[in-house]
Amino acid sequence: MGDFFTVSVLVATLASGIRLATPFLLAGLGETIGQRSGVLNLGVEGVMLLGAFSAYYITLETGSAVYGILGAIVVGLLIGLAYAFITLIMQAQQGISGIGIYLFGLGFTDLLFQKNVGTPKPIRGLGEVNIPLLSDIPKVGEIFFQHSLPVYFAFALVPLVWFMINKTTFGLNIRAVGETPEAADTLGVSVNRTRLATILIGSTMASLAGAALALEVGIFQQNLTSGQGFIAIALVYFGAWRSYGVMLGALLFGIVQATVLQLKTLGIVEGANSSLLAMAPAVLTIVVLAIVSRRVAAPGALTRPFDRAA
Amino acid sequence: MNTKHDERASGLAQDEQKFRGRSAAALLAPFVGLAVPVGAVLVALSLGAVMLLTLGANPITGYAALIDGAFGGWDELADTSIKAMPLLLVGVGICIAFRAGVINIGGEGQIIAGAIASTVVALVLPDVSRILLVPLVLVGGAIGGGLWGAIPGVLKAYAGVNEILSTIMMNLVAAQFLSFLLQDLLTDKASGAIKIQQTERLSANADLPLLPGDTRLHLGVMIAILIAVLGHILLFRSALGVRLRAVGHNADASRYAGMPVKKSIVQALAFSGACAGVAGAVLVFGSESHRLIAEGGASGFTQSAGFNGIVAALFGGLSPLAVVPASFFFGGMLTGGISLQQELQVPAALIVALNGIVVLFVVGSLKLQTRLRSWAQGAGSGSLRGSESPPSDHAPQPADSVAISEDSDG
Repeated sequence: MGDFFTVSVLVATLASGIRLATPFLLAGLGETIGQRSGVLNLGVEGVMLLGAFSAYYITLETGSAVYGILGAIVVGLLIGLAYAFITLIMQAQQGISGIGIYLFGLGFTDLLFQKNVGTPKPIRGLGEVNIPLLSDIPKVGEIFFQHSLPVYFAFALVPLVWFMINKTTFGLNIRAVGETPEAADTLGVSVNRTRLATILIGSTMASLAGAALALEVGIFQQNLTSGQGFIAIALVYFGAWRSYGVMLGALLFGIVQATVLQLKTLGIVEGANSSLLAMAPAVLTIVVLAIVSRRVAAPGALTRPFDRAA
Repeated sequence: MNTKHDERASGLAQDEQKFRGRSAAALLAPFVGLAVPVGAVLVALSLGAVMLLTLGANPITGYAALIDGAFGGWDELADTSIKAMPLLLVGVGICIAFRAGVINIGGEGQIIAGAIASTVVALVLPDVSRILLVPLVLVGGAIGGGLWGAIPGVLKAYAGVNEILSTIMMNLVAAQFLSFLLQDLLTDKASGAIKIQQTERLSANADLPLLPGDTRLHLGVMIAILIAVLGHILLFRSALGVRLRAVGHNADASRYAGMPVKKSIVQALAFSGACAGVAGAVLVFGSESHRLIAEGGASGFTQSAGFNGIVAALFGGLSPLAVVPASFFFGGMLTGGISLQQELQVPAALIVALNGIVVLFVVGSLKLQTRLRSWAQGAGSGSLRGSESPPSDHAPQPADSVAISEDSDG
């Protein structure tokens, strides 16, 4: 049995917390953009699974994680197009159509995995990239600057997404369409075109989140994401639809997960109790939602389809 | 309809050509409700055929194996019914919740909660006679699932928490809690060193009795159908049902009419969870092992019925009685999927993917269905009654999730 409160263990836990936060962050930021435009995509979990499998399988076949990531982007765009058709043109109820995407992703990736791969074969994921100079700082370097590329990418997106939503014309359109689509429409903003763009962005980022996960763990298995996509959606509420808030939430969840794993590895908690501890993120989400739900307002037109004729 | 047709026809002779077309539409009206979901399933199945082709299997032999495995004989029909039971129970609960404007995605967790509660009943009272213990474990399951459902209900009504998110989180919590219990408090002490996540063989007095005949069919089937009937009565033949549907239809108007909206939300989720909880009890005490087992995680126990039940409920147009055939159909997909796997080596996961596509098509076509129906109805009633909206009994659209405003009632 090891001791959790030693410097090296704490540093390792924080570093792994940042790594584990990355899929939450990527998917959560994408979902934030979508929800700001009034579209709830509950299928993030399914898109993540599809992205994870395509990145895994392409990397396994070609030996190159770059192709894997490109594949995940294409898959994300394709599902985004399908979801946009269902949401914008058929105006399906968003809370339920997302469950369809989830079931499809869950079943389809399992099907392809069993058929094409069978036994789990590990892939070589992306290596770590040490940031020159910064990674040499003791402790701090180890926590923040010795990660793989998707980690840096995800965290670099946080200010970029903030800038896009708050400081660009496109961001203004997103917010207008998400709050009062009728008014935006009157002013000549195409509601559905804006939403198409945000759905595509969100879906691609969810797919990338899955790819980041698969490349990080270097393996695929049935239901690899195990609820992470759903937690990512909750993080959007947690972060009050703001990119920095989502980042805080993602970090919190990543670190909680890392702590649970670390306690398990060190043998401080074992077997049954680790299951009990694994309830922590979901319980935490519920508690946080109960606290914040009344305090922050969701985008006014969230889940409301826009129909000019109506 | 025909008398109105005549009145109109005499008055609007110049529109006759156009009118004929519309009256044909009026004749079609009753079928529109069925045509769209059936069409959605057919499209989904043809996509499945494409998938089978790309997997190198012949779609015709594939679907033949599926149909034969699902409906090809008494044993197959019994297995299909057994698979359909949890879908039906969860589906009835989904009808209640969705009709009340509450999106319950928490079927998985509520099944688990019901299973745990009923297992505890059987462990605490193993010697109670069979005639009492069977109802007791079922009630235990209903209470367990009902409480698990009521939590997100209370959170939504009194803290404004989006129920879609909270029910999903409750699923994750329940799955881990089950895993904990099966490794610790409820674990099979006899299993020794082999760590299987299961309880001991539960009291034989709680076994759901087999139905006459030579199949695995047990009492659970009757219970599930009974609950579908009760669900129908609750929704359409009781004051509570009127209130729940009114809240689902328009929460603000219901509030102004003096209905307790918050209480209704909690009730809807509690009833919905209770139905799923009974499914949990049936899965334990109707199983061949008569244990609570989580093979390869919690979804090994629930068989994803919490999600597939939503599929069945949507397909049944959110009417509890129509969910009976719908769940039988999807139960058949699940049993047929197993023979598909055995005969063509196509993983049964195909069925999960197909179910996802069915959800997308059914939900995606609801708007189309409403449009078609109002077009058809407009032809029938015409200008005499104005463009009346279809009665809500027959136009099941999952209502938009009820929004609770800050200053709403208590």
